[in-house]
Amino acid sequence: MEHIISVTVENKFGVLSRVAGLFSGRGFNIESLSVAPTLDPSMSQMTIVTSGDERIIEQIVKQLNKLIDVIKVVDLNETEFVSRETAIIKVHTKDQDRAEALRIVDIFRANVIDSTPTTYTIEVSGDPKKIEAIINLLQPLGIKDLVRTGRVAVAREPVRTAAVHAKKVARE
Amino acid sequence: MKLTGAEIFIECLKREGVKTVFALPGGVVLKIFDTFHQQKDVEVILTRHEQGAGHMAEGYAKATGKAGVCLVTSGPGMTNVITALADAYMDSVPLVCFSGQVPTSLIGNDAFQEADNVGLSRPCTKYNFLVKDVNDLAGMIKEAFYIATTGRPGPVLVDIPKDVSMAKTEFTYPSSVSIRGYNPTYEGNKWQIKQAAEAIMKAKKPILYVGGGVVFSKASQELLELAEMTQIPVDMTLMGLGAFPGEHPLSMGMLGMHGTYQANMAMHYSDLVIAIGARFDDRVTGKVSEFCPHAKVIHVDIDPTSIRKNIHVDIPIVGDCKTVLRELNQILRATVNGEQKDLRKPWWDQIREWQQAHPLTYQQEKDGPIKPQQVVKRLFELTKDRDPIVATDVGQHQMWAAQYFKLAKPNRWLTSGGLGTMGFGFPAAMGAQAAFRDRLVLCIAGDGSVQMNMQEMATAVVNKLPVKIIILNNGFHGMVRQWQDLFYEGRYASSYLDTTPDFVKLADAYGAVGLRVKKVGDLDAVLKEALSTDKPVIVDVPTYPYENCYPMIPAGGCNHEMILEDPPELKKKQSGSTKVTPEDKDTVLTA
Repeated sequence: MEHIISVTVENKFGVLSRVAGLFSGRGFNIESLSVAPTLDPSMSQMTIVTSGDERIIEQIVKQLNKLIDVIKVVDLNETEFVSRETAIIKVHTKDQDRAEALRIVDIFRANVIDSTPTTYTIEVSGDPKKIEAIINLLQPLGIKDLVRTGRVAVAREPVRTAAVHAKKVARE
Repeated sequence: MKLTGAEIFIECLKREGVKTVFALPGGVVLKIFDTFHQQKDVEVILTRHEQGAGHMAEGYAKATGKAGVCLVTSGPGMTNVITALADAYMDSVPLVCFSGQVPTSLIGNDAFQEADNVGLSRPCTKYNFLVKDVNDLAGMIKEAFYIATTGRPGPVLVDIPKDVSMAKTEFTYPSSVSIRGYNPTYEGNKWQIKQAAEAIMKAKKPILYVGGGVVFSKASQELLELAEMTQIPVDMTLMGLGAFPGEHPLSMGMLGMHGTYQANMAMHYSDLVIAIGARFDDRVTGKVSEFCPHAKVIHVDIDPTSIRKNIHVDIPIVGDCKTVLRELNQILRATVNGEQKDLRKPWWDQIREWQQAHPLTYQQEKDGPIKPQQVVKRLFELTKDRDPIVATDVGQHQMWAAQYFKLAKPNRWLTSGGLGTMGFGFPAAMGAQAAFRDRLVLCIAGDGSVQMNMQEMATAVVNKLPVKIIILNNGFHGMVRQWQDLFYEGRYASSYLDTTPDFVKLADAYGAVGLRVKKVGDLDAVLKEALSTDKPVIVDVPTYPYENCYPMIPAGGCNHEMILEDPPELKKKQSGSTKVTPEDKDTVLTA
């Protein structure tokens, strides 16, 4: 099963290779990995999308925790979370396709971030299914280039206030 | 006053209480060696190969319980010490290795003797540092010792570029270390410990399964109390030997692939496995799906990743063995009563039956070839009053040593368990001897593995480290030959070593003492002579070449399905042969 693991690490050289080396050395799978500094510049936040059964995920979390440069590990699947991915897609557009491309951009609430007489460069963000869907629609037009950020995710705040409110309503 | 990086390095070692460094110089560490040369507080033992330096530091660490220290140069110095780092990583040995590096301005330029030391050692160290600024040096060394010796111990590398060892700065040594991503858990969860105590009280067929963690956390006394109070039999792993007295009536000896019959049977049929500082290695579990099918499992370990890595655990307790055992004993002291003894009587009857049915055994004929087990047994009996430290290499001789050398105390057993490094024993023994100049240090070795670090005999002679090497010389890579006989129809592919070198002459060439046991009747006399010599000694004991090590659980086999003796066809083949026969040589040549 797919898991999204959020890892807070020291923002030092070599940390990425320690994490990557852990995954390759122990035969764990990485679907995607994204990393960037946090608000506190001494730390970085990694979002790792991986997969495996319960036992493997438990090992991944424990092994990550064991790394000295790892400060905190959260398996986001244990809570509610929101995740997003951004893709930048460069599409060939012949004259007759340009309107169609823009329609697709519109449907997916994507943006055109660069345009030439023969191409559009489109930026889209959302959950992976949405990215897959727009890629599928743009493919017939001819995708020249495609880059994806990999997923980033964050746990949802507990919705306590809303729940209390709902209960009240129900009682009334 | 400003100090150079090299001076800071040595000052840090002194603050950490380091007395001995095992080292081999090279271009980029010359400044450090030069500084060493001008002081007398830290002894530098020059080895003949960096692998030797690494294993000596390991032996030092295992015997003393303190961090072992080695120092190597960049490039090949580093690649040579990697085996020792990997060995220390597998066996949780506290080791701090310092490596030289090319000047920071040249890093990445493929400079002479450059290697990516931090990259090379990353998968086989607990942590590693590249010191880019002399101002960071003292702090990093402090952290290195802290990381190596706390939590689950392990090797740490500090890579010091040449310019860092020459640069000057004010020296301040941090008084404490705080690393936000590293906080080992020492106290076990109280509720879990209570659960464990309850399970122990109720168990009808409990077994203690103890490993190297007990040795490292110095928990032998607590373990002894637990076992005696609850009358639970004790299985030891290869790394755990010595954690519990080998001749104690509750000791079942070693378990696992070449463990004793009773140790493995008790494990298989138990209803409660109490694992303490052991990691359910595949050499212990055998076939994982059929491992301890009737048992609940309690697992005490300081490393959370060890728990549920291979085996399902019912009561996990993350914590230091000593701390957890103390707490567990405290609960049990209040609750244990006579009832457990009655409850477990059938279990003990069963265990005694197993012990009597298949004790460790071998046949030593009076005028026959020398059996390797006989050598270990006699060595044990002749030396046990002197509380020796025993190192081994890897292979048949290691298993016989584990079976027959029944150590009474921890930190006496130096062996390579996880990585299985041939050539480990002799340098490890020297490391222990360097720490304890007056103690008796033995190295039980095979003729195959001892040759892997034979060059260190020069180090032993020059530094007056009077290690006694006893070579069980069967002319083979014995364990390989055993597997070939059992699983490869007796084709001795690359396992026959022939009769060279002459170890007696070799010892002589190095300036050590060489002795040979010619027949079994001479065994005691020669061993005694060796033991009373104050120089390094090689005792060459030509042993019966076809002796196999039993019991044996074939790889991936189930723990209660042990091979206990040679299968009939093998017995027939080997009857009467004491030397490698011409037919065997043919198989050697044609294989």
